[in-house]
Amino acid sequence: MTAFTARELTVALDRTPVLSGVTCAAAAGGWLALIGPNGAGKSTLIRAAAGLVPYQGEILLDGVDVRSMRARERARLIAYVPQEPVLPPDMTVEQYVLLGRTPHLSYLGSPGRHDRARAAAALERLDVARFAARRLARMSGGERQRVVLARALAAEPGVLLLDEPTSMLDVGRQQQVLELVDGLRAGSGLTVVSALHDLTAAGQYADQLVMLHGGRVAAYGPAADVLTAELIQAVYAARVTVTAGPDGRPVVAPLRRAADGGPC
Amino acid sequence: MRKAGALGAAAVFLIAAALVSALVGAANLNPLATAAALADKIPFIRLPTSLSAVDQAVLFQIRLPRIVAGALVGALLSVAGAGYQGVFRNPLVDSGMLGASAGAGLGATIAIVYLGGAGPSAVPAAAFVGSLAGVAIASLAGAASAARGPVSSGTATLLLAGVAVGLFLTAVQTFILERSTQVLQQVYAWLLGSLSGASWQQVASILPYAAVAVAVILLHGRHLDVLAVGDEEARTLGMRPALVRGIVVAACTLAAASAVAVSGLIGFVGIIVPHVARRLSGPSYRTVLPLSLLSGAGFLVLADTLARTVLSPAELPIGVVTALVGSPAFIWVLKGTRPVNV
Repeated sequence: MTAFTARELTVALDRTPVLSGVTCAAAAGGWLALIGPNGAGKSTLIRAAAGLVPYQGEILLDGVDVRSMRARERARLIAYVPQEPVLPPDMTVEQYVLLGRTPHLSYLGSPGRHDRARAAAALERLDVARFAARRLARMSGGERQRVVLARALAAEPGVLLLDEPTSMLDVGRQQQVLELVDGLRAGSGLTVVSALHDLTAAGQYADQLVMLHGGRVAAYGPAADVLTAELIQAVYAARVTVTAGPDGRPVVAPLRRAADGGPC
Repeated sequence: MRKAGALGAAAVFLIAAALVSALVGAANLNPLATAAALADKIPFIRLPTSLSAVDQAVLFQIRLPRIVAGALVGALLSVAGAGYQGVFRNPLVDSGMLGASAGAGLGATIAIVYLGGAGPSAVPAAAFVGSLAGVAIASLAGAASAARGPVSSGTATLLLAGVAVGLFLTAVQTFILERSTQVLQQVYAWLLGSLSGASWQQVASILPYAAVAVAVILLHGRHLDVLAVGDEEARTLGMRPALVRGIVVAACTLAAASAVAVSGLIGFVGIIVPHVARRLSGPSYRTVLPLSLLSGAGFLVLADTLARTVLSPAELPIGVVTALVGSPAFIWVLKGTRPVNV
């Protein structure tokens, strides 16, 4: 169980500010969703938290600044799943998932029985153990997503960073992945920080939402406070209605322009 | 188990190649007596041999050092090629693309043209230094340009710098050669590679470098596997890609430079052997590296056996043999197995 906090996070890429003073947090075992239009800074926040872009401000894990940690120590606590992971086509699923143990190995160490057992457990957990000997090139899109999550899980992290995990998936697959992540969160006390482009899905799964706009926080809080028609209109320039779904969580539906003004 | 099987087969291949090479040649050695004489050299084994004193001299002073040198050169070129390919995530990279061959060629040319009286070790030493210098210049140039660009382009920049530095050094070499045409044949003979001058002394002089380089490369198999997912993901796994790349490139360059000092330039081995190894064992460098080492050693011993027997008593440059035999064999392998990506 690891609490995640970003405090006054500021990132400039090529001297262009991309994030400006963003503060947000996920409780231990919680789910923080980053939403906002394209280019708002969602991926940059995830990448800063993963240690891939230089930033000002602080990333705290259970109150400890990750800058004070060594690279491997930090990698043991934070697992990162990029939007388009690199999957070496000839590597087997088993070999790939075992790479997730890298943060636990010393420089000249090699994976031992314990590491193999952890990798095998992650394969079981994500229901891909039967593909262990299969090459990554032969896995379907949905299976690959599971394999990538298995690699992240093999590290036994406290925080899982997901950059748009569902952007390429149809609605069924999207739901499966989100359910899967939610199950991992509930089952192993993982803290999830994810960029999500689907507003309704973000409202369904996350307990805290940050809406980013031009690198700044436009709104931050539970779904009901962040997913309002006014905010979405202001940030996305989109016309939507927000209604309460059967579970009381907000459902965001885009609206076509009024019939008389629309194209025929 | 696939790993153990492949490594075992490669070891058997190497031993068989060495035995064949020991038996083939102008002096006809009795196979059984030769095997006995060789086994006698293994610690704790004592075997009488019927080999004459002259035959023993041929075996131990002429053929064996050449076999060992060939095995060493093949092993070094192949394991270095595999290492470079892992670091750059590109199956077509070898030491030549980083300025090592051109640096070695320039070094050897300078030694032949200007240091003619400096003794027999001047050319190998100059080639060794030139090879290291070529890669060092390419790395510095690449690092200087990469510092101004996006981080992700670092490896491509280094390769481009290597190609540019290689072309430059080759041009300098050509310039020197144009002014001293009387040594052209000697330089070209060296450039095409040969093991005809192999001696125990030569083997001993590169052994320390070779041992260090090979040990360092073999210890980084796991790191190369992690690098296969890209620098970014490798970093989020707690690795330092730039550090690993620097260490492995330095070790591979030392290995390639040691090989060049013994044999001159032998192309192609560093690309085909790792490729075949990858096809046999899968992409994990923890297997590809040792497998390349063993099968590269066997391959070059065989190639050298052909080089010194086909036109006997004349010798073919070994680089010609590796290309003549290696290319068709390589295409056959390409055709017969599924495609491999690094």
